[in-house]
Amino acid sequence: MVEASLQGFMGSGSRDVEEPVAHSIKMAVKDLDLYYGDFHALHGINMDIPENQITAFIGPSGCGKSTLLRTLNRMNDMVNGCRIEGSVTLDGEEIYGKEMDVNLLRKRIGMVFQKANPFPMSVYDNVAFGPRTHGTKDKASLDQIVETALRKAAIFDEVKDRLKDSALALSGGQQQRLCIARALAVEPDVLLMDEATSALDPLSTSRIEELAVELKKDYTVVMVTHNMQQAARVSDKCAYFLLGDLVEFDDTEKLFSNPSDKRTEDYITGRFG
Amino acid sequence: MSTALDAPANGGRRKLSKKGRVDLAGKTVSAACIAVVVLLVITLIFMVAQHGLATFFVDGINPLALLTGTEWNPHVDDANGMPTVGALPMIVGSFSVTLLSTAIAIPFAIGSAIFVVEVAPKFGRTVFQPVVELLVGIPSVVYGLLGLTIIVGWMRDLTGTTGYGILSSSIVLALMILPTITSLSIDALTSVPRSYREGAYGVGASRWQTVWHVVLRAAMPSLCTAVVLGMTRAFGEALAVQMVVGNAAQMPDGLFTPAATLTSVLTMGIGNEMTGTVYSNVLWSLALLLLIMSLVFIAIIHFIEHKGGLKKNG
Repeated sequence: MVEASLQGFMGSGSRDVEEPVAHSIKMAVKDLDLYYGDFHALHGINMDIPENQITAFIGPSGCGKSTLLRTLNRMNDMVNGCRIEGSVTLDGEEIYGKEMDVNLLRKRIGMVFQKANPFPMSVYDNVAFGPRTHGTKDKASLDQIVETALRKAAIFDEVKDRLKDSALALSGGQQQRLCIARALAVEPDVLLMDEATSALDPLSTSRIEELAVELKKDYTVVMVTHNMQQAARVSDKCAYFLLGDLVEFDDTEKLFSNPSDKRTEDYITGRFG
Repeated sequence: MSTALDAPANGGRRKLSKKGRVDLAGKTVSAACIAVVVLLVITLIFMVAQHGLATFFVDGINPLALLTGTEWNPHVDDANGMPTVGALPMIVGSFSVTLLSTAIAIPFAIGSAIFVVEVAPKFGRTVFQPVVELLVGIPSVVYGLLGLTIIVGWMRDLTGTTGYGILSSSIVLALMILPTITSLSIDALTSVPRSYREGAYGVGASRWQTVWHVVLRAAMPSLCTAVVLGMTRAFGEALAVQMVVGNAAQMPDGLFTPAATLTSVLTMGIGNEMTGTVYSNVLWSLALLLLIMSLVFIAIIHFIEHKGGLKKNG
């Protein structure tokens, strides 16, 4: 507890004018190795992901940042030949343990994908999909959940009159916020965002970034981004990956202003990647 | 002066025209191919219509009498002195075997498509799909033979009837259209984007929930197309049906009594009747009815695809 509050105090930095808050560790990755068949994709990753903070993964293509993100909610389970060694915990509970129910795990750790992927159904049904999946049938509570989720994703006002329309009729940025609403509707603890803005225009991107900052009050956010400015703008902690290694993991401000590893410095100053 | 200018221009044109000639030849050949196909289709429709409509315009038979009459015996005149040409028994027969066989085939087709796409894709690609494609190519007479020797026998033992009838035909037809619907359903499910599945898994849906609520729903237009194509095949199938349906042109009063379909009456009768007779013309009318029905099926497929396409584009 003391450690946690210390870390939060130090992590708050100068741009944070709010009262320093204690950020306990939400997820912990320990000695994680991941293989796709014979290919050793992640090498001995160790990382503590703080609660109610935005943690960003950066690095060149193929460095393993998305792979690690997908390890956090076991999306890699569906990849043939993917093998994982080491440990990942959520609130101290091993997510690769035998008792872990993968479906409940993914309810607690929501995910937003690179390409907005609303289902080919109405806006309402998209958001209600998760709660229905987990057994909510009552119309009134579904209505409430859908509205709350859409509000949290800052899209309610835009779609409140079109809830019965196909989600595919929305613009790209709206679709992505709808996907965020869909993820929030099952009330997760952690939200994973896999390059969620890479297919969007600058305006939609900044809306999603604002949203991510807003969401960290209630959720722990982990985002993969290929956009270093984005990581610098929105994240509290930042991890730099290179060829399956976690090169550096630190407070974002520290990592961008005074990186301790030469390779990180080369990357963020644009000499590489 | 003019000759000096003309020479390179001519040379240029000759060079171009060499390419142009090949171009033109290609265009002509492909246009001729298309013309032949179009002509063939138009001639076919025209010929069937000409003979089929002769029943009404030359022989003076009331179209309603044909469509709603329940007695089929074109060699014998009815009370009004007109040939007895009620085709309703065959129309009912055709629709019953089509709907029943489709109903039997759908669960198996979609169930196995789900299995090979979602559960065991490797087995599906290497074993199941080639086998299904093989089944599509088996001639219908083989299915008819199997139906005649096995299914009719079973029905006979089971019900104490002759064994011929609508249920036997439906089972044979279900076997025949099963590979078609399965194969197309597999394609339909395979083409559902991976991102839909990930989205569903991402909120904690189980595999079954993902398949049932997302994959099947997304694939619905293509699955409907698969089913309608299967129905088209069932509706138009003549030989295998004729072998097991019993060929009694009477209103079917059950699944186990001998019946007839439009196709079976056609194949049985057309070779025995002289061209231009009432009987022959009425058979052409039935052929026209079949043609119209297949056009309706094709229209339905286009409608579904158009609607699906609209959905995709938003």
